[in-house]
Amino acid sequence: MSHYVELFNLTKVYATPAGPAVIVKDFNLRLKQGEFVTLIGHSGCGKSTVLSMLAGLNDISGGGIILAGRELDGAGPDRGVVFQSPALLPWLTAFENVLLGVDQVFYTATRAERREIVEYYLTVVGLGEAMHNKPAELSQGMRQRVGIARAFALRPKMLLLDEPFGMLDSLTRFELQQVLVELWRKDQITALMVTHDVDEALFLSDRIACMTDGPEAAVGDILAVNFPRPRERKPVLEHPDYYPLRERLIEFLEFHAHRRNPPGTAAAAPPRRLLREPASPRPGRLKEITVNLF
Amino acid sequence: MAYLELQRVAKTFNGSPVLHDINLSVGRGEFVAIVGFSGAGKTTLLSLIAGLLPADSGTLTLNGLAISAPGPERGVVFQNYSLLPWLSAFENILLAVDQVNPDWTAAQKREQVQKYVAMVNLTAARDKKPAELSGGMRQRVSLARALAMDPQILLLDEPLSALDALTRATLQDELARLWQEDQKTVVLITNDPDEAIYLADRIIPLTPGPGATLGPSFPVAIPRPRDRRELNHDPRFKAVRCGVIEFLLSSRRERHTALTKKPVLPDIEPEDLARPRRAFGGRARAKRRSEVKEETVEVR
Repeated sequence: MSHYVELFNLTKVYATPAGPAVIVKDFNLRLKQGEFVTLIGHSGCGKSTVLSMLAGLNDISGGGIILAGRELDGAGPDRGVVFQSPALLPWLTAFENVLLGVDQVFYTATRAERREIVEYYLTVVGLGEAMHNKPAELSQGMRQRVGIARAFALRPKMLLLDEPFGMLDSLTRFELQQVLVELWRKDQITALMVTHDVDEALFLSDRIACMTDGPEAAVGDILAVNFPRPRERKPVLEHPDYYPLRERLIEFLEFHAHRRNPPGTAAAAPPRRLLREPASPRPGRLKEITVNLF
Repeated sequence: MAYLELQRVAKTFNGSPVLHDINLSVGRGEFVAIVGFSGAGKTTLLSLIAGLLPADSGTLTLNGLAISAPGPERGVVFQNYSLLPWLSAFENILLAVDQVNPDWTAAQKREQVQKYVAMVNLTAARDKKPAELSGGMRQRVSLARALAMDPQILLLDEPLSALDALTRATLQDELARLWQEDQKTVVLITNDPDEAIYLADRIIPLTPGPGATLGPSFPVAIPRPRDRRELNHDPRFKAVRCGVIEFLLSSRRERHTALTKKPVLPDIEPEDLARPRRAFGGRARAKRRSEVKEETVEVR
């Protein structure tokens, strides 16, 4: 059977003063061409480490990754990454931010063609009216739309999404998931996403890989998500499998969340836990999964 | 007649309509959640009810009296806490109690503050300054301050949006408990449909701006206290969730489709930057998609 992307025995070890820390160990996952797979797991379990190795932004300690028949070595434009925060250059307009990468990858195309590509993707993500604005003039949700357009405009072989909507409010999140799923369907890009949002994983994925807790994280269960495509929010929410799957995922996350805390600290003594809250929580940066959240 | 009543309320900023034809009636003791996208005008709506902004047209009444200015019978909790940084948690709350009940004795005031500090589980941190408190704890102070004034109606403006998911869940539980204890009339503004379903008796979506208006009411007929896990099985929960989300997303979609024009994507393929540039000697022309030969990749 042919696979487009293969991660085999992928391992990440960091050297620490206390000896080597094994974050990810023998991580195996295969993706078919055009498949959308989500990695879900408790905060700090190493999901983003896997994704950043795939992006080439983090060295691989052991094992390897094959993309379209070639072993990966370093970062490249054949993998488009959408980060949690879109990381746009503030002195360039949305259009120029996307054009920057397009100019590199389509250097043999004409200037007009390159501009057409940028225009196309920015319009498709819903920024037809605002593409010549600077990031500071755009809302958080609009900036993330630019981030999505930038990744797709390079026509990468693979799309990597690292909690792409983690900083957005839940309604904007629902909306951008729809934008993403439509673009993904049109371009048929193989995608790997990391998230802790159960609804997001269910709406977008073909398969959901649950990651066991770090250290030495690996792939646990893999769930197949068979809602018919193209997907619209309403039929997915009304699908008889939706809430059973949702519950399974929440349970998985809850189980792992509980394993992390000594028994009793989570529910029995809330005031004590509250005193340990970080001093200035920034909603996007905290990756706690919401154990008893929806 | 309803307790809080808004009729044909409209608000315009610099010539652009923000809110338009807002009709809302909230019964005494009811918990109503207004859900909408950011930028829709939710905060403007709440500011009108709080009396912080005047409406351009229409009438707003609370308990039969017209709303024209802010007042202690309407307690407001803001997203950004709005605490005085040089006062401790205790003093911040005392300030409000002091303003509302100037004729009380010092002991009475302190007792009132004490009671609400305990109610939001802040007794251990009562003498800390806001800067020494986490976001969740600051919001507790803000909530205690609003409650300690003993308002007739509580207006919550995205009180939990700035908090991380775990703290948000804890404070949602606490809000539900506080509401059960003294059954105040509450108007909650939020952008999280799940939060609204968990807390409210009735959900009213606010359509996307400009010229936002309120959509149909979605009653949440789920008995209290509500349990998040059990909600997942509840057909009423699924129906309300789907209804609210679909209403808001489709109202937004209509707006988008009206704006888009048809763009064209050139059918060219990206270059492989790992190979030497083609500018010299090689072909310096972009590869058309139609020219690409099908490649099949076999991995094991």
